[in-house]
Amino acid sequence: MAEENKVRKSRRAVVARLAKYFMRYKFTVILAFFLMLGSNLFALLGPMLTGKAINAIDLETGVDFQAVFFYCALMAIFYVVSGVLSYILSVVMIKLSQKIVKSMRKDLFDKIIALPVGYLDKMQAGDLINRISYDIDTVNSSLSNDILQAATGIVTVIGALIGMLAISPALFGVFAITIPLSILITVQRSRQVRPLFRKRSGKLAELNGYSEEMISGIKTIKAYGVEESMISHFADKNKTAVDAYYNADYYASLIGPSVNFVNNFGTVLISTAGCLMYLFNMIMLGDISSFLLYARKFSGPINEYANIMSEIQSALAAAERVFRLLDELPEGAGDTAETELENPKGDVSFRHVRFGYNPEKVIIHDLSFEAKAGQTVAIVGPTGAGKTTLVNLLMRFYDPQDGVITLDGRDIKEYTRKSLRAAFSMVLQDTWLFEGTIRENIAYGKDGATDEEIREAARQANIADFIEALPEGYDTPVTDGGVNLSKGQKQLMTIARAMLSPAHLLILDEATSNVDTRTELLIRGAMDRLMQGKTCFVIAHRLSTIKNADLILVVKDGDIVERGKHKELLEKGGFYSEIYNAQFE
Amino acid sequence: MKSLTGYLSVHKKRMAAGLTIKALGTVAELFLPMIMAYMIDEVAPTGSVLSLSLWGVAMFAFAVIAWAGNVIANRMASRVARDTTETIRNDLFSSTLYLSARQTDKITVPSLVSRLSSDTYNVHNMIGMMQRLGIRVPILLVGGVALTFSVEPVLALVLLAVVPLLTVIVIFVSSKGITLYTDLQRAVDVMVRKVRDDYTGIRVIKALSRTEYETQGFASINSNVVDKETRAGVTMSITNPLMNVVLNLGMTAVIVAGAYRVSKGLAQVGEIIAFTSYFTIILNAVISISRIFVNVSKGSASSKRICAVLNMPEELVKDELLAVEGEKEEKGGIKFENVTFSYDGAPALKNVSFELKKGESLGVIGATGSGKTTLVALLLRFYDCDKGRILVDGTDVKGYDEKKLREKFGVVLQNDFLMAASVKENIKFEREIEDGDMKKAAERAKAAPFIEALEDGYDSKLTVRGANFSGGQKQRMLIARALAGNPEILVLDDSSSALDYKTDAALRATLRENYPDTTIIMIAQRISSVRFADKILVLDKGEAVGLADDKTLMQTCDVYRRIYESQGEAGGKING
Repeated sequence: MAEENKVRKSRRAVVARLAKYFMRYKFTVILAFFLMLGSNLFALLGPMLTGKAINAIDLETGVDFQAVFFYCALMAIFYVVSGVLSYILSVVMIKLSQKIVKSMRKDLFDKIIALPVGYLDKMQAGDLINRISYDIDTVNSSLSNDILQAATGIVTVIGALIGMLAISPALFGVFAITIPLSILITVQRSRQVRPLFRKRSGKLAELNGYSEEMISGIKTIKAYGVEESMISHFADKNKTAVDAYYNADYYASLIGPSVNFVNNFGTVLISTAGCLMYLFNMIMLGDISSFLLYARKFSGPINEYANIMSEIQSALAAAERVFRLLDELPEGAGDTAETELENPKGDVSFRHVRFGYNPEKVIIHDLSFEAKAGQTVAIVGPTGAGKTTLVNLLMRFYDPQDGVITLDGRDIKEYTRKSLRAAFSMVLQDTWLFEGTIRENIAYGKDGATDEEIREAARQANIADFIEALPEGYDTPVTDGGVNLSKGQKQLMTIARAMLSPAHLLILDEATSNVDTRTELLIRGAMDRLMQGKTCFVIAHRLSTIKNADLILVVKDGDIVERGKHKELLEKGGFYSEIYNAQFE
Repeated sequence: MKSLTGYLSVHKKRMAAGLTIKALGTVAELFLPMIMAYMIDEVAPTGSVLSLSLWGVAMFAFAVIAWAGNVIANRMASRVARDTTETIRNDLFSSTLYLSARQTDKITVPSLVSRLSSDTYNVHNMIGMMQRLGIRVPILLVGGVALTFSVEPVLALVLLAVVPLLTVIVIFVSSKGITLYTDLQRAVDVMVRKVRDDYTGIRVIKALSRTEYETQGFASINSNVVDKETRAGVTMSITNPLMNVVLNLGMTAVIVAGAYRVSKGLAQVGEIIAFTSYFTIILNAVISISRIFVNVSKGSASSKRICAVLNMPEELVKDELLAVEGEKEEKGGIKFENVTFSYDGAPALKNVSFELKKGESLGVIGATGSGKTTLVALLLRFYDCDKGRILVDGTDVKGYDEKKLREKFGVVLQNDFLMAASVKENIKFEREIEDGDMKKAAERAKAAPFIEALEDGYDSKLTVRGANFSGGQKQRMLIARALAGNPEILVLDDSSSALDYKTDAALRATLRENYPDTTIIMIAQRISSVRFADKILVLDKGEAVGLADDKTLMQTCDVYRRIYESQGEAGGKING
């Protein structure tokens, strides 16, 4: 119960927030309201006029043509006006909802990109995409359709009610018998069907997840010849999914005909009672006709009610998911730093740094070291020992739980993040290229890079020949995260990007891990030049890259177990020499 | 040839029965306004309360028939839709798994996934809706019009004039809508790609302080999506008001025409009232048409995409002529004879030959794109080579039953795949392997220590693609998987790249010690990973430029020596 209350409370907050988006467009909202009212009122007058026209036909004295024409002309005008108004209303509503969606989507994207890396690391790409496309879509269709339909429904129900009462309270008394029936069906339906539909989409999502997973592993499945057992697992999940679909359908299929039945039952009652009343001269034929039309109008929105409500519910849930992400604090929310880091010398020191991605699971216990400007610090150690973590800390993707990292003698937290990061250029193990041309990707490293500079950087990274051999050269688009390039080529491009960058500090995290050794040899000179005069942090498996480092930190289980130069460490015969020699065993 | 009709024809009888019931129910509904007109015009004037009430009861009975008929038929339709979809989906999944690698490359994995998910969903919807509305709507339309003819032919003509107009509006707007929505979908795809892209590259974006740049890029994509959606929405939203206006004007015309007919004594007022009821019925039918239209066009496009996969020709079949048993001493051996292969145009492997005896090991080294992975793909017969032949146990790989061939192997592929399941399930990988053997394999793959340190040990769950484990841990689990089946041939494609040298060396020692009879092919970037092998194949742009042991290659093969120098230089001299 308390849970339900909480949900209700948060729903109310969501509604209030959505309303705020609406209020930015107050006048449009007011305009829409009057358009809605107008279009519905004109439409509601129709049945009344129909009745009057039929009454004018069914006279003892014969047909009163003048009256028939008059009412029919009015009807035609009203219907056309109502139609035009309702189209204008739709357009207004679509434009309004699209404006809101646009700004919501923009807010959301800006937020995503401003979130701390640590937050995004915990989130899946699919989840983000769901929110920015599917969730916002759901909110959108609810804004442009459901609210309108709900408002129209209320006006129609009230109008039809008044219409019926005005024609014949007695006949309304007869018709009223069907109202509880309609409500019963509506209420029972939503109670019964909603969980079934939820289950249905859940099971379907499960199945789709499974097939995506399996198809991405198709080669492995083939290599082990286990297709059959995967197929039978799939069949089980498929069975559950189609059964859930059927169950939802089974009950839902009762609804359409039942609603129709109540409608028809209403018609039967009105016809029978109406004829009886006509018999005793209590009603005119035309009035029966308009009453019937109002009765149909009345039941329409009532039958749609459950549908609309469940759609609005799911839109609110979607809006809540969007808002929750919007409410996350952006990176640097608590920052007070104002110092712009300009032309840093590059003295870096770690003092008693303690860190864990999860505060309970510390992976760096107590790390201190110093790197003077222009020096190279290499970090070596087994997989999972926390080497990449150092990069995360240096760039302030994460902050240490304890201890200080300084740059040029000041805590890096005192610099603005932007200027701190601008001081580094980096080449990471997981290369990243964005949608765009090769040129744009390389030029990403430096504002206003000239063509000549770009070519030179590509040449140094030994990727120029490859690029220039492409039919479109530097204008070749990099599609879908760069799938048309090999991993090695992508890495060479990020190396070219780093070469272009004017930064004073350099991070190489397995920078050449995807490049074959021959190419690595070819670009070695360029890499040396790249590192020259910069404070470098090098993480590598290949020990060849680090033997010239000024300081080698050997990391094991998050602590620095050895430190020193290559030679010293080898002579010492400790953990470093052990892993070093392993490569020649 | 498989087709949707083929799948549906299995359920012919049930569908026919369902449709008949549906038709009965619908017709019963159509009679209601007719009875009403009869009551008003014929029964009411007689003044008999009894017969009026009796006709009322008759109407009620028809309403009940309509209700029951529709409910029963809808449920039967749902069952047919369920059973058909289940079969189609299972067939599609198994067809997908049995596609050849070339076919998979051509269709692409994302497209296969969407065929299995959204396309089968669309077909499911279409089958259900076609049965539920496909018969109901035509009967309502045609029957409604036909009945009005029997009531009052001249007034019916007015109606008849309106119906085609409505149909044209619906079809015109819907078909326009389909192109607009396709445009929209394309714009949305671009947006999704942008989000996915930036998510992956967030570190780089932040490091290069390019958030503003990305935000601007997104803003223009966002505007494009909004424009397309507005256009589609504005176009589609004309349907309802327009149809309402046309129908209501038609009804007005019926009343005017009715007035003339009544005054001439050719029609009765009850009939006009009945007409207004028919109008409502026809209006609903026409609105349903637009729903059917969208649904069917989506569904039939989807069923085409599904059938395209189902009807793919079977490739890589067993060639009985080549299914000759090899000599006994060739058991466990591998032989490449002048193998040439290209994925698409440029050859990925050129004239490669080598031979391996049972228990021997082969190291493969070469630059990125030199054809190392292709070698594995051909050996496992993911593809057939264009020229030359590949023998396993002395028999051409084309002469094997696919399963029999692959059973011989334990493989770790490049970027291999872990399931969202337990560690145990991932190592066993659907094969009948004892827990003891599984654990032994994990130990030998150096995976046991970290697995046993987990809270749930071998029952610990992996998230999708094993994202909750580090690269090195994943590789060790994959190697355990390959070892668990005690394979005749072990293939490791770049599967120790995330391991540090020490673990890598220990792993190699274990392999040598515990699997003396297993033929091993090891592909690597690091020279230290392949140096121990009996033979090393050096590939360069698809060609074999060296095939010998480490010592000989150092003297004879330039490429090898250069690779060696680039990696070994660090130590100056080999000191271990």
